[in-house]
Amino acid sequence: MIRVFVEGVGIIGPGLPSWNESRHILAGRQVYAGGELPRLSASRLPAAERRRSTSVTRLAIDVAEQALPPQVRADEVATVFTSSGGEVEIIHKIFEELSTAERLISPTQFHNSVHNAASGYWSIATGSRQPSTSLSCFDDSFAIGLLETASQASVERTGVLLVAYDFPPLQPILRARPLPAPFAVSLLLAPAPSGHGFGELTINFAGADTGDASRMADAGLETLRSGNPAARSLPLLAALARSEAAELVCPCGEYGRVHIGLTPCG
Amino acid sequence: MQPLILSAFTLINCLGRGLDATLAALREQRSGLRHCDFPDAELDTYIGRVEGIENEPISGRLSDYDCRNNRLARIGLEQDGFARAVENARRRYGPDRIAVILGTSTSGILETESAYRRRDPETGALPPDFRYRQTQNTFSVGDFTRRYLGLRGPASVVSTACSSSAKVFAGAARMIEAGLCDAAVVGGVDSLCFTTLYGFTALELVSSTACRPADADRNGISIGEAAGFALLEKPACGDGDIALLGYGESTDAYHMSSPHPDGLGAGEAMHKALQRAGVDPRAIDYVNLHGTATKANDAAEDKAVSAIFSAAVPCSSIKGWTGHTLGAAGIVNVIVSCLSIGESFVPRSLNTERIDPEMASWIVTQELRRPVRTVLSNAFGFGGNNASLVLGKRS
Repeated sequence: MIRVFVEGVGIIGPGLPSWNESRHILAGRQVYAGGELPRLSASRLPAAERRRSTSVTRLAIDVAEQALPPQVRADEVATVFTSSGGEVEIIHKIFEELSTAERLISPTQFHNSVHNAASGYWSIATGSRQPSTSLSCFDDSFAIGLLETASQASVERTGVLLVAYDFPPLQPILRARPLPAPFAVSLLLAPAPSGHGFGELTINFAGADTGDASRMADAGLETLRSGNPAARSLPLLAALARSEAAELVCPCGEYGRVHIGLTPCG
Repeated sequence: MQPLILSAFTLINCLGRGLDATLAALREQRSGLRHCDFPDAELDTYIGRVEGIENEPISGRLSDYDCRNNRLARIGLEQDGFARAVENARRRYGPDRIAVILGTSTSGILETESAYRRRDPETGALPPDFRYRQTQNTFSVGDFTRRYLGLRGPASVVSTACSSSAKVFAGAARMIEAGLCDAAVVGGVDSLCFTTLYGFTALELVSSTACRPADADRNGISIGEAAGFALLEKPACGDGDIALLGYGESTDAYHMSSPHPDGLGAGEAMHKALQRAGVDPRAIDYVNLHGTATKANDAAEDKAVSAIFSAAVPCSSIKGWTGHTLGAAGIVNVIVSCLSIGESFVPRSLNTERIDPEMASWIVTQELRRPVRTVLSNAFGFGGNNASLVLGKRS
């Protein structure tokens, strides 16, 4: 079992523009009405990079930013980016170009198509040379990202920022990979509490027979949870928003479960 | 860190199937690169293609996963008794206690490239036989491998471009240390596809000859494909002579497709790997370079390597033999490092005729026969993502 501390949280989804503006909805004190995705500014990126970056990357950059408390510098923390589909828009454009006779791919498009594009842009934006990884685990990308982030924070005794994000693919792939809404979440995990954080997590991996997935009571949020791999984090975000102790189960493949215990601060 | 034993390992690439094929080619000075004959790709370049993949579809219970990348994975898993070794480990630890962590950059996207050419002219729909989850999705090769091996521990795919299958060792070491699993199957699989062949061509990073790492006239990479795997176990439980002693990771904070010109990120990854291994640079017997043979990559890596080792340690890139296998480059270097340790030799930098006079490190152009106890193995990727590993004889 791993013990880590939540020092920062971020969220972006339809009608969920930021952690501060969404916590009452997540806590169940305000009705979730859905809505649009906020404008993705990626203001942290230098102008040239911002122009070249995709909306997928901007989503990841913006949500990452939210989880950094004022006293933590971006170049002090390692990062774990996790996404099922990664740069879905660019990949679609490349497939379209490859199906023409000329097969002319733009160089910028090609380097923007890598799964770790968001990680690379974050490193450029923050000037951070800290370790950064980019994971994919289909629908379990949040659960596996949480395992990697928590084990890194606890083993390396360092702050690690988890960024889980997924954008709907474009057609025609969307039909083969239904993913209705964009969503992103960020969690800054630390090996020891700073005193300004949210609480303590205990994290464990166990077999598939050890419990059903935690769900959202609100139907709209539950639709969001089941429709985007990054939104599998919603039950944890709801518990953090309520500042309530919780025992949560997050599926990790057909074979496994990640068990998350939350003990809030104070 | 606690060393981890590589209790089984295997490799398939354009030099052939299994460890013996790669070893024989390295000893016989035989490159696996050839002029591009990838079906339907009209490019004036050299590639490292694995023979026979086209004729070996995945059948049976996992036939939905059939694609070039997973075929390459399956053929690889069957070399050198690797799947059997994992089966033994599965009995000892239980399937829940072995993780699967693999690296890839392009997964099975060759299938989607083909599906886009077969779109319905009316609706634009992909053909009904297109299977996104089992082929294109980046996790596909991890999902396939855990099912093929019957493992139920944490499974993930690292996709940090060309450092992917070096970083899997770091992730596995942390998971074992944190107690999430007792052992891990790590490795990497990357296969030829149009996205990388035409993408690197668009970036003008592809050589029209077989690539020439560290050569004064080097002009780019040769793209290859490969699958490699290793089983990592704690020293108390694993049999084997070679151990992972350390890992180091960093990012460049510089550019998406060019390395930091002074190799700052690369140097940091190497420093951290040496530090974590508790190994002095003077104890390194061979530096297995990332050495892609682009002007910028080789120059940046040389600055970082020579700053640590001056010209005292023999260095070579094996890209002239295997091509640049992208997401599999990390594991290819690891397995060649194991062969170097096991067979007591330093492979030469093939196709390097005139060493770039600006290179300050010791580039080996003739095979060295000498004991090799400890190797530093590099893998650097797009996004400025760097990973270095220290491998050595079990003490």
